[in-house]
Amino acid sequence: MITLGDYLIVSGILFATGFAGVMLRRNLIIILMSLELMLNAANLSLVAFSRFRVGPTGLPDYNAQVFVFFIITVAAAEVAVGLAILVALYRARQTTDVNGISSLKF
Amino acid sequence: MNSILPWVVLLAPLISAGVITLFTLRWKAFSSFISIAAVLVSFACSCLVFTQSSIAAAEFTWIDIAGAFRAPLGLTLDQLSKTMLVLVSGVGATIHIYSLGYMRDDEGKSRYFAALSLFMFAMLGIVLANNFVMLFIFWELVGFTSYVLIGHWFFRDAAADAGNKAFITTRIGDFGFMIGILMVWMATGSVVFSEIAPRMSTLASHPAFVTLIALLIFCGAVGKSAQFPLQVWLPDAMEGPTPISALIHAATMVAAGVYMLVRVAFVIQASQTALLVVAWIGTVTAVMAALIATQQDDIKRILAYSTLSQLGYMVMAVGLASNDAAMFHLFTHAFFKALLFLGAGSVIVMLHHEQNIWKMGGLSRKLPVTFVTFAVGALALIGFPPFSGFFSKDAILALAYERNMPIFILGLFTAFLTAFYIVRLLIVAFFGDTRSEAARQSKESPLVMTGPLIVLAILAALGGFGFFARNFLLLPTEKEAGFIIPALAFGALIVGGALAISIYRNRTSEPVDVEVLRHKFYFDEFYAWLIKWTQELLARASAFFDRWIIDTGAVDGSSRGTWGVGAMLRLIQVGNLQAYVFLFGLGVVAVIYFVVFR
Repeated sequence: MITLGDYLIVSGILFATGFAGVMLRRNLIIILMSLELMLNAANLSLVAFSRFRVGPTGLPDYNAQVFVFFIITVAAAEVAVGLAILVALYRARQTTDVNGISSLKF
Repeated sequence: MNSILPWVVLLAPLISAGVITLFTLRWKAFSSFISIAAVLVSFACSCLVFTQSSIAAAEFTWIDIAGAFRAPLGLTLDQLSKTMLVLVSGVGATIHIYSLGYMRDDEGKSRYFAALSLFMFAMLGIVLANNFVMLFIFWELVGFTSYVLIGHWFFRDAAADAGNKAFITTRIGDFGFMIGILMVWMATGSVVFSEIAPRMSTLASHPAFVTLIALLIFCGAVGKSAQFPLQVWLPDAMEGPTPISALIHAATMVAAGVYMLVRVAFVIQASQTALLVVAWIGTVTAVMAALIATQQDDIKRILAYSTLSQLGYMVMAVGLASNDAAMFHLFTHAFFKALLFLGAGSVIVMLHHEQNIWKMGGLSRKLPVTFVTFAVGALALIGFPPFSGFFSKDAILALAYERNMPIFILGLFTAFLTAFYIVRLLIVAFFGDTRSEAARQSKESPLVMTGPLIVLAILAALGGFGFFARNFLLLPTEKEAGFIIPALAFGALIVGGALAISIYRNRTSEPVDVEVLRHKFYFDEFYAWLIKWTQELLARASAFFDRWIIDTGAVDGSSRGTWGVGAMLRLIQVGNLQAYVFLFGLGVVAVIYFVVFR
């Protein structure tokens, strides 16, 4: 039987992986991917909460799932903006290494 | 019966001062006539007020704060204030007329007469005030007009400085006076004399407090009447025009201190300690000023120190708890000292503003009227019988003989010194050879100046007789003084006069030179030193505060503090994205730690 705890462990591992990626990798594309990983870790735990919180009618709590949809939508928009910035940055600097981008203004 | 007369007495000079200042500054002769008319109106009304035995003036409410503090605009009309009214407006009137002659060619004549009128208003206000608040306001107003008139010839540095000195020195005393007034109000809940008097007995259980109040109020008199240790301003005030010296710095304003003490005698007499202090301050002033007067060369300065000494007598009488004796001497002194000053003024003007007695000589032949009247004044001053000073000074000496022996001996010594210095002045200035060109060419003053001299001489001669003075004052009753006191006083003055004649006869320069007296006991030097060091210390303390607390602490401190915090914050702004992420993560962990586990 898979419990809520198992879901949360997986979610935590995913989140930690994403965080480590953001913190340690130099490539901006990988960093962006790791960010998505962290968002999805959050989504996973929310969905798990929804599944394991069953009301008196026998239906799961849909609030958490609505939350997840919002997150997916916002994440899509964020990726679009993030990738656009990334392309613009690459055109300007010919690199996607974050160590090369340390000032606010070029 | 309410009468408008007392208010007319008070307000006529004020109207004159206002009209002159606002409209007639350009027409000098016209201004002087307005001023003289005002003072004559005051004088006439004063006489009318004096003759009516039961007279009252309308009273107005000025300040009334929920009954807790009430200061009316009211006038006191008793025997004391009526006498002072006649005295002040009478002496004032003669001096106004004399000023016509003395100031006839002066550029600032209108200004002078406006200030003179304002002074009359203020002085009459002091005399009439029926509460401490009014008294204090007029008191300050008198100080201000005194400042203006001393500095009348402001283009002379000495006159301007003397004005400042007079004003600042009296302010020191006035500060104590003000605190005293506030304490009286605190203790009795009233500032009106007639309400305070019956309430003083309730304070009997706090003798130290009463003494403190009495001494603080006495501070005001010390400043205004130039008593030790604030006596330094009066001799310098002689820089003003001579009629001012006569009116303000001899006859009226300086006597205001004594008058005030008599007016509030119920406070002073509530404390034996305060009385003793007052008596001794008066005695010290009397002896010290008389000693200094023996070595001065300036005719007006000699008279100024003589004024100090006589004021000392009056304060001594107040301290010996006899208002009658103090007022009697004030009364006679006003006549003979105004006379002496006006006589000196006549000499000075006729010698083209020469004030050094060693450059005079032989003036008895050149200015006979001035000489005779001046001599009458001098005889009254030394208390030669039967001139007025004889009666009033004897009354004070008899009082001292009865109540305090050391004070009596010092008073007698002062009488001896008084005779010495005034006879010295007479011998040097009026007898012997003329010693300067100005003295040789001098001639008698015009009638407008000799007229007031003659009037005052008659008053100075007669002022002390019972039949004259009794109409104005309660005369002090001499108890068992008998024959001894007049005999001793007469002896002292004969010895003093004879000594002066034997030393100064036919001299052309000062034969005895006592450095310490010539330098007025180094009071000016001492005060200069004291002020210099006080100022130096204050300046150093405030410089330290400014440099280290304000500059280094507040101004530099805040700038350096901001700069330092900025430098520290800059250390974590590395510009590395992943470092920020790391810090952000740490922050989230910290927030979770504090929210969940605390």
